[in-house]
Amino acid sequence: MERTTLDLWVGMFVVAGAAALVMLAMKVGNLGTYNVSETYQVHAYFSNIGGLKPKASIRSAGVLVGRVTSISLNTERYEADVVMNLDKRYQFPKDTFANILTSGLLGEQYIGLVPGGETEMLKNGELVKQTQSAMVLEDLIGKFMYSKAAEPAK
Amino acid sequence: MAIVSTIRAIGNRIVNAVWRIGVAARFFFLTLLYSGNSFRRFHLIIKELFSSGVMSLIIIIVAGLFVGMVLGLQGYETLKRYGSESALGVMVALGLVRELGPVMAALLFASRAGSAMTAEIGLMKATEQISAMEMMAVNPIARIVAPRFWAGVISMPLLAAMFSAVGIFGGYLVGVVQIGVDEGSFWSQMQAAVDFREDIMNGIIKSLVFGVVVTVIALFEGFDAPPTAEGVSGATTRTVVTSSLAILMLDFVLTAIMFRGA
Repeated sequence: MERTTLDLWVGMFVVAGAAALVMLAMKVGNLGTYNVSETYQVHAYFSNIGGLKPKASIRSAGVLVGRVTSISLNTERYEADVVMNLDKRYQFPKDTFANILTSGLLGEQYIGLVPGGETEMLKNGELVKQTQSAMVLEDLIGKFMYSKAAEPAK
Repeated sequence: MAIVSTIRAIGNRIVNAVWRIGVAARFFFLTLLYSGNSFRRFHLIIKELFSSGVMSLIIIIVAGLFVGMVLGLQGYETLKRYGSESALGVMVALGLVRELGPVMAALLFASRAGSAMTAEIGLMKATEQISAMEMMAVNPIARIVAPRFWAGVISMPLLAAMFSAVGIFGGYLVGVVQIGVDEGSFWSQMQAAVDFREDIMNGIIKSLVFGVVVTVIALFEGFDAPPTAEGVSGATTRTVVTSSLAILMLDFVLTAIMFRGA
């Protein structure tokens, strides 16, 4: 096959396009930071998840350790069943505490893991037993109003 | 009997429009059917990739840079009010990858390369080159249409990816270099919010669909153009108008399917 300058230009075009795609995937998207390491799955029941969404981050001491995979309603307990994918590098004790927290005042919600003191570690498919639900602003205001009303008038 | 003739004229137009859609669908099917040939003679596709893809590079890169810069500027002004300038990267990246990259690249491609395709094929028809090919038992759809179609379909996602990448760089230039948003939060929040499969792949799928639609419209308008100077100019105009509208409407439909809920 004889080569022409045309082929060179088209080759450069295709390479530039592919480079743009790789740059989008690595630098802009999360392919470079996440999905590379192996994960294990645990789940937890929450009585209220607030605004938690699939793919929300899971943090321990502020460090990203995993992502929420799926959220469904368990109809035996009528509680939200949250499945979490955690990085294999980070092992947590069996009595780890899972809280739903909010980043900033109006930021998105994430799960914070506070490790307990037990020596046995959580394994794939196990349940995180101790959980704390999301704080719902309306409930909070409701409680505040109730306690204000209950105060004796001065 | 003005009413009767008005109704008759409207009905005639509708029947004609439906008829044209049917012919276009058959044309698209024939293009796919005969594309086997054009893959065996790949140099034809290379030649068309050069004239539609490579030649569109400059307009795509310049437009992408400026769209990204404007996004950075406007996004900063709005986000500043809520004290969340650090989310500028997220806004620029999601806006470009999901919407502006595929749509703007397709609009530019339709007016830069689509119109050229229509004019070229229309003129080929007007100067009876297509009839001459048929005389020589060369299938014009396999020889002329299919390579252009595949060149358009291949180059569209590449152009859209380049548009997004250059646009994000433009947003970075204005946001970080000029205004002084924190560089770390610009990139890290972007990486946290943009998902490869959900956002980037959906953008690529969008641009593939736009590539198919734009090239089919451009090629069909050229192939269907009346073989006169007026006919070719009308067909070129129709290519740009129809494909721009098709891109924007399809974009709404695709966005509703891809990004609903979640």
